[in-house]
Amino acid sequence: MWDYTDTVKDHFFNPRNAGAVKEANATGEVGSISCGDALRLTLKVDPDTQKITDAGFQTFGCGSAIASSSALTEIIKGKTLDEALLVTNQDIAEFLGGLPPEKMHCSVMGREALQAAIANFRGEVWQDDHEEGALVCKCFAIDAVLIEKTVRENNLSTVQDVTNYTKAGGGCSSCHEGIEDIITKVLAERGQTMDHQQPVPAVTPAKPYAMTNVQRMRRVERVIEAIRPQLQRDHGDIELVDIEGNTVYVNMIGACSGCQLEAQTLGGIQQRIVEDLGEFMKVVPAKLREQLVQIGG
Amino acid sequence: MADIYLDNNATTMVAPEVVQEMLPFFSEQFGNPSSMHSFGDKVGRAMKQARIQVQKLLGAEHDSEIVFTSCGTESDSTAILSALKAYPDRDEIIITAVEHPAILTLCDYLEKNEDYVVHKLRVDKQGRLDLDEYQDLLCNKTAIVSVMWANNETGTLFPVETMAEMAHAKGVLFHTDAVQAVGKIPLDLKSTKIDMLSVSGHKLHAPKGVGVLYLRRGTRFRPLLRGGHQERGRRAGTENSASIVALGKAAEMALEHLQFENTQVKAMRDRLEQGLLAAIPNAFVTGDPTNRLPNTCNIAFEYIEGEAILLMLNKMGIAASSGSACTSGSLEPSHVMMAMGIPYTAAHGTIRFSFSRYNKPEEVDQVIAVVPKIIANLRKMSPYWGENGPVADPDKAFAPTYA
Ligand SMILES: Cc1ncc(COP(=O)(O)O)c(C=O)c1O
Repeated sequence: MWDYTDTVKDHFFNPRNAGAVKEANATGEVGSISCGDALRLTLKVDPDTQKITDAGFQTFGCGSAIASSSALTEIIKGKTLDEALLVTNQDIAEFLGGLPPEKMHCSVMGREALQAAIANFRGEVWQDDHEEGALVCKCFAIDAVLIEKTVRENNLSTVQDVTNYTKAGGGCSSCHEGIEDIITKVLAERGQTMDHQQPVPAVTPAKPYAMTNVQRMRRVERVIEAIRPQLQRDHGDIELVDIEGNTVYVNMIGACSGCQLEAQTLGGIQQRIVEDLGEFMKVVPAKLREQLVQIGG
Repeated sequence: MADIYLDNNATTMVAPEVVQEMLPFFSEQFGNPSSMHSFGDKVGRAMKQARIQVQKLLGAEHDSEIVFTSCGTESDSTAILSALKAYPDRDEIIITAVEHPAILTLCDYLEKNEDYVVHKLRVDKQGRLDLDEYQDLLCNKTAIVSVMWANNETGTLFPVETMAEMAHAKGVLFHTDAVQAVGKIPLDLKSTKIDMLSVSGHKLHAPKGVGVLYLRRGTRFRPLLRGGHQERGRRAGTENSASIVALGKAAEMALEHLQFENTQVKAMRDRLEQGLLAAIPNAFVTGDPTNRLPNTCNIAFEYIEGEAILLMLNKMGIAASSGSACTSGSLEPSHVMMAMGIPYTAAHGTIRFSFSRYNKPEEVDQVIAVVPKIIANLRKMSPYWGENGPVADPDKAFAPTYA
């Protein structure tokens, strides 16, 4: 049985805004029937004020998919489209008092339906920007697609590496066999085999989602402040732009910007943040988000 | 309304008589059956009786063919791995696409990591096997065939007796995972060619964590656990005596109730099924309704998702289970439904109701009274459902962007 919060149960048993909105002028349909979750979001948008005056959902899916849909409609009603676009899947999950890691994708689906509906209103075509795989690390909700991508792009070869880069495997450690399987597969593509003599990572006591957003932001800010003098010595700098869910957006300035070492520097900063917070955070250049918003409309 | 338990294929209540029988083995009868004193002696005798009780339920020729294990999964692993070690020149395994993960996950592992060739027999839309396909696969490279007696999700029975004969004719070992069949249908292993068979205690009103591997006398065997001489060296480790005694009692009771299971329990199952199908449109039985366990019924409710149905049922005090992806945390609905070619919009909405002799006829009426409303409420929220039925051309009417 899933450990659903009372708010999730309430939104499942007493869904708000179920059904299609009459005279809707924006529709978003996302999800995957093979995975068992799909959602149609219909909105009524006032063309003059750009405000969402009504929202309704029709969902094929499990308890948390229905609850996430219900929560989404409650969150966005009365918002302008631009305001609504700032809603993250984390916001939906937090509105519900949290979701089990296996169910976070339900909140992602909600956000994507919203993006798709807004794109539809604006006459644009929405495209999904992420792929989801089977959940490997349940402590930190990291899926196989992300692990494989990270292993491939960074030439990782040990479970320790994977834990450092993605945090996967840093909790209860029961997914290490699964992580090794992924590493073995990627190494095989390069004609290499896995070295089984590597020590396994020290297990850090994991408390996922233990922090509030405000606490998380302060901690990230503190880590970045501590790193800045080092960068300034190299005639560069870093600026914290935003934190969204577990993604930290930063601007690299001066000598750091665009230099070949940028990715490496970001990786190092990410590791410092992850170590300090004890939970997985991704550090991404803010310019990437601008690109994403453009794609997302 | 008292809670209604219709998930007996997942696990069963331990029968009160069984609890009584096992209790002394936690207190005064704590001895080790291997010991040379009277503390151990009584335990040894009780275990011998349990072995005979299980032998009778299975219709085995000798009580020494009963090997106690820690669960159905251990029995399955022991059987397959034993055959591979006993026949090192053979590297092919034949199973079905609808086996329990206890077989499937092990065989996938053996295929991926140890270079065995695993053939998975396909099933048709009713979950039935093609014996011609099977015949063609049997050869002198086959180390073992493992086919479940009854499928845990649909209750569909497989012709394992015929398949064991076919295997023997080719000199191939035959194992069956009979975890769902034992105690529900009559068995007489001595008149079959089955070499090995797995039992799990908690499916027949014994406790969890005890099982049996039936091992026909003369079958080449290599133990999974080596150590002491327990179970005649075929399964080392000090015996779980309390649970073994319990399983013996449960086997005796199951044998006494076989008739009841196939009349009264079956009647409850049939009435539930007919009642639900009559009241709910766009619902159908999965598996082979003409050839299945008497206690199991699996119904697909189209255009809605199973976990949502289970949560609603649970709120009404009704326990069942589902083949939806969400209930297991996996990305796909049940492999059994996929193997039968059930479309996604129905596979995610499959609900299994499984009875035991402890269910009451009134419970059937109570379930029939609430389920149609639950289904209707969820369908109201479904993008595939219109005012009074599924929308026209559902796959075109709702075509979400993959996300
Ligand atoms: C067909 C089948 N095989 C094996 C098992 C596993 O049995 P156990 O839980 O005793 O390991 C089950 C139980 O879920 C089953 O239904």
